[in-house]
Parts: sequence; C-alpha cells; structure tokens
Amino acid sequence: MDTNNFFTEHFNKLQSQVGNGNLQELRQKAFHSFNEKGIPLGRNEEWKYTRISNLFNKQYTFPLQLTSISEQDLKELRLPGHEAANELVFVNGLFSEVLSNIRSASLQVQPLEVAARGEFSNIVSEHLGHSSDYLKDGINALNTAFVHGGVFIYLGKGKTLEHPIYLYNITDARTGNIFSQPRSLVYLAGNANAQIVETFNTIGTGESFTNGVMEIVVEQDAMLEHYKIQNDASHANQVSTTHIRQIGKSYVHTVTISLNGGIVRNNLNVVLEAEHCETHLYGLYFIGGDTHVDNHTLVDNVTPHSFSNEFYKGIIDDNATGIFNGKIMVQRLAQKTNAYQSNKNILLSDGASVNTKPQLEIFADDVKCSHGCTVGQLDEEGMFYLRSRGIREEKARALLVHAFAMDVLEHIKPAAIRSYVDHLISERLES
Amino acid sequence: MLSIENLHAGIEGKKILKGINLEIKPGEVHAIMGPNGSGKSTLASVLAGRPEYEVTQGKVEFLGKDLLELSPEKRAGEGLFLAFQYPIEIAGLSTTHFIKTSVNEVRKYRGQQPLDAVSFLKMMKEKMALVNIEKTLLSRSLNEGFSGGEKKRNEIFQMAMLEPRLAILDETDSGLDIDAIRIVSNGVNALRSKDNAVLLVTHYQRLLDYIVPDFVHVLYNGQIVKSGPKELAYELEERGYDFIKSEFPAMEELN
Ligand SMILES: Nc1ncnc2c1ncn2[C@@H]1O[C@H](COP(=O)(O)OP(=O)(O)OP(=O)(O)O)[C@@H](O)[C@H]1O
Ligand SMILES: [Mg+2]
Repeated sequence: MDTNNFFTEHFNKLQSQVGNGNLQELRQKAFHSFNEKGIPLGRNEEWKYTRISNLFNKQYTFPLQLTSISEQDLKELRLPGHEAANELVFVNGLFSEVLSNIRSASLQVQPLEVAARGEFSNIVSEHLGHSSDYLKDGINALNTAFVHGGVFIYLGKGKTLEHPIYLYNITDARTGNIFSQPRSLVYLAGNANAQIVETFNTIGTGESFTNGVMEIVVEQDAMLEHYKIQNDASHANQVSTTHIRQIGKSYVHTVTISLNGGIVRNNLNVVLEAEHCETHLYGLYFIGGDTHVDNHTLVDNVTPHSFSNEFYKGIIDDNATGIFNGKIMVQRLAQKTNAYQSNKNILLSDGASVNTKPQLEIFADDVKCSHGCTVGQLDEEGMFYLRSRGIREEKARALLVHAFAMDVLEHIKPAAIRSYVDHLISERLES
Repeated sequence: MLSIENLHAGIEGKKILKGINLEIKPGEVHAIMGPNGSGKSTLASVLAGRPEYEVTQGKVEFLGKDLLELSPEKRAGEGLFLAFQYPIEIAGLSTTHFIKTSVNEVRKYRGQQPLDAVSFLKMMKEKMALVNIEKTLLSRSLNEGFSGGEKKRNEIFQMAMLEPRLAILDETDSGLDIDAIRIVSNGVNALRSKDNAVLLVTHYQRLLDYIVPDFVHVLYNGQIVKSGPKELAYELEERGYDFIKSEFPAMEELN
C-alpha cells in the first residue's frame, strides 16, 4: 500500500466530509507533520524493537463514517459488571452514541467536535493534541490528522463516578482489513473520581490496525484509575497511546494488561505537572504465539515532591516477544522526586524473548530514583515443591505462573474486572 | 514398605550418597542422624524425586513399585511425603488454594472424587486443630514471610492433610520452640498406624523423646555407618560424632 497516497486521499475525503470544522487547523497541522515524518521505522530509537511499517504493506479500509454493529455483536464483547457501567462504544475508531450507555448523571459525554465549540471549547483547545509534544512521531500525528468522530468525557468538580466507564474499542473486520483511529479526551475536574476500563476487540477474520489515542487531564485532588485490557485476536495490531497530565496535586493509578494480539505497542505517558502528585503504573503482559507487546512508558516529573511507582511483569511463552521501555524523567525543578521502577520477566520457552530497558534522565540532584529488571525462568525449587505435593507438572507450572502475575492483578481495583482478568489467565493456563 | 538398596546419588558430578541400604517396614519409625553435609537431605530429596539429583546406582522400592521410575507427583500419589528442611516461599499462591489443589490432585491420582468445598473445609478444620495452625496463616501466600516455626508447622499441616503412607521429615524440629516440637510430634504421632511409617531426619535427641523411633541410623559421608535402637541417639548426644569418625578414618580420606 502506498501510505502517502492512501492517507492523502482519505484526508481530502475527510475534509470534504466535515467541511471547515473547528478541529480543522489541528488536523491540517498534524497531517503536515505526518507527511514530514511518515510511519516510524526501526532506525527511530523509540521504535527499534517494534516494526509497524510492515503492517502498512497490507490493504486496509479506513472508514471515515460511522458504521454500526448489532446489539448481539456488542453483547458478546461486554465486560462483566456492564449492567452498572457507563459504556462507551467505538466502532472502527468512531464513537457510536447509539450503542453507548451513560448511566451516571454526573458524567458528561459529547462528540469531540461538539465539545470543541461549546462550553468545553477552552479545555479542548488547551489539551487536545498535547500528546504530540511527547510523541513526536508520524503515527501519533496520523491520529490527530484524522481527529473526528472522537469523544470528550468530562467529570465535574467533586463528582465521584459511582459507575466505572467501560470504553470498548471495536473493530468490525468481517468484510476485510480495517484501519481505525479512536480518539478521546478525558477531563477530571477538581476532586472528581473516575475509573476507566478500556478493551479492544476485533470481530471477523480481517486484520485490524488500531491507532488509538486517549488524552486524560487530571485536576487538583482528582483521582483517576485507568485499566487497559488487551485480549484481542492474533490478527489485531495496535498502537495505543494513553497520555495523562496531572495538572494539580492528584492521584493516578493505571494497570495495563496485555494477553493477546498481533503487534501491540502501548505508549503510556504520565506528566506530573503539579507538586505532590502520586502515580502508580502497573502492567502485566502474559503472551504466547507470535504476539509482540511493547510497553513504552514515560513518567515525566516537572515539579517537586512527587511520587511514582511503576511495576511491570512479563510472562512470555512460545515465540512471543515482550518489550519494556520505561523512562523516568526528572526535570531540573523536580527536587524531592521519588520515582521507582521495576520490571520482572519470566520466559516459558526457548523461542520467547524479552527486551527490557529502563531509562533514567535526571536533571535534579535531590531525588530518590530506583529501577531494576530481571529476566528468568520459572523457579525450579517451587516446581519441585508443588510436584512433591502430588501436583502434576503442567498444573504446578500454571499455579506458579498465576502466582507470578498476582502482584499485578491485585492492583485491578474493580472486583468484576479483576476476576474477569484472573479468569482469562486461568483459562489460558488450563488450555 | 520402603527398601533402599546400594543407593548412589549425586548432583552436578559430585557424589553424595555412596551406597545407602535401608529397609523400612509398615508401622516403623526410623530416625536418621549424622553430621552436617553427610547427605541426609540429599537422601530425602532423592526419595521425593528432586530432578536435579542424579541416581547413579542402586534400587529403591516403595510399596512394591520402583520408586525411582516415578515422577515426584506420582510418588506423592503413591503415599510418600517429604517435609522440607527449607520449605519454599511462593508469593501470590494462597496456602489454602495450594493445599486444596494438592489434596485433590492426590485424590485424583488414587481414583477418588475431588473433595467438595464443605468436606474440604471440615478436613482443614480438623487438621488445623491437630497441628494448632492459625487460619490467617493459611489465607496468606504460601510460606511467604512465615517464621521458621510457622513454615515447619505448615509442612506438618500439609502432611496431616495428605495422610501419607511414608512421611519423611527433614529436620522438622529445627527452629521450633519447645511447645511447637510437642505439637508437631503430636501431629506425627496421630499419623502413626500399623500401615504407615515415618523417616525422621534430626540432629536432636529431644524430638525422639516425643516420636520414639524403632531404629536410629547414623549417616556419615553418604553411607549408613551405624544402626541401632533408640539408645544410639543418647550415645550420639553424649559423645558427638567423633567416635564414629574415628571408627571410619578411611571415609575421611575419601572426602
Ligand atoms: N546443588 C549442590 N551442588 C553441590 N553440592 C551440593 C548440592 N546440594 C548439596 N550438595 C552437597 O552435598 C552434601 C550433602 O548435603 P545435604 O544437604 O544432603 O546434607 P545434610 O546431611 O542434609 O546436612 P545438614 O545437616 O546441614 O542439613 C553437602 O556437602 C552439600 O554441600
Ligand atoms: Mg539437611
């Protein structure tokens, strides 16, 4: 596929479709930037281990207009606890109001275009696209170049969401390969409190390539929990960006669970812009087959007195590949920063591989930072202990793998989601 | 029940067991004593089937089966139990879940139905009382952060749950306070019957006051160099191992 022609054609098509809308300028600038930079190649240090350019050799349909799926299709993809959740549905990268279900009166959800010209226009113009200050590559620009059909999620001052937000990224690839680019902007005002759970599903046998961006802004005293659960088909590829700004003293807790997919690249940025922020980043990639999961994280400490703790674990089987690239940035003014990072991996087969790279860039002198990574095999002594109690080898292995995952899983706070993920893992281990 | 014949075994090319002969009959209690590094834990590990150890010579028969041919899990299924000298900690695996899996796997091996939740709980309660173990301990990750004594007690609890035919206790008394030794001994004695046997590895004669052995063996440099009635333990306690070492000077040279 000639990517330049393909996207230029689609860009022009979108222009004529949406006219001179209010996001026009943002799109145009980003498209220009995309044309300049192109799809990131392996020679780009940030993309050294994750080659996505080959994915563009395929032919895709890139829907610019909302299509729908049936209630039945959706039903099978719903997460446990959905009866009491605010459900937001994206189909092929575009927000479907019809399929969505807002249950909390305090939660405001609008199409991005609407938010950009209404009472939230200031917020949108200030924060939409902030991620491109950090992700200066063509793939991030590409999402912004096509920003339309996205969603704006707002939780007002002092509001606590009693129902979590479930955000489904669904690709309908029943009629062929689909390229899609979901986009959302989330804003938690002062003292607000929300849980967001994102999942990714591809229906059908066509390949999917999802290039999604979610930007989240967290104000003073707000609390955000963000869960990303990736258990898509092996022919589903994605670049999934979550960009979080803590603009006031606030609390952020993220858990990224990657269980299946083709090529999966996660960009998770947390920018601690205010003093006394607290941030927790957890991740588990438990992968087999030919799945490739790359977790690129950045914790950027801009101001003093913040605390961050990052803990990622990998269990890699078959010919799967895990990448962990964790960057901690402590800027010149960010004295008294406490930043911790740890990445532990076990390889379950000879074909499995992992690449782990901590990156500390510290420009302040009075900080506490630590990082560590390990790569190993399943503990032989543990295996013998379990087997000596009559537990078959495969079962003993399953227990140990599950136990290894536990100290990440326990950080999934919504019980329904925790037991769902736990169940997915048990199921995998029993098969 | 257990018959060990000229057993030679080692690890990574190092010879540790150099011709062990031992016969244990149902209903008997045997104690093995011997200096540090003489091969006691190695013998226990080889009997339980630890894969790192290599058996280079000899035969072991357990309840009519060739023990060395069986995987560790099958040995447990056949009724062999090893209480580890150093129980392993496994973070993230609940002790209760582990024990339930273990009990049901062994039942499955024996062609029995798995225990339902109610029967399992009932059995747990009964055995918990027997070894005086706290419920809160069992809800924690397996041995993680357990004190030395708690780990040992957990081993005996597992033994009680699995009701083995032959229990091998590797220094289960080490690190236990006086009350705990009594409790652990009660647990072991409760298991004793005319069909079951116990092999105790210990350094201290005190345990043998509670679990009275039929035979005491001295393992030295990979061989059983002396066997006798329980009084042998008193003699060792009094005289130390020097008199044995002097009786077997040739062995020293072999080292
Ligand atoms: N993995 C190993 N590699 C090399 N040598 C080993 C290994 N495991 C055990 N040994 C050696 O084998 C010998 C016997 O060890 P073993 O643990 O069986 O002794 P023990 O009689 O149980 O001692 P203790 O009374 O201290 O528990 C020791 O010299 C020990 O160092
Ligand atoms: Mg020992």
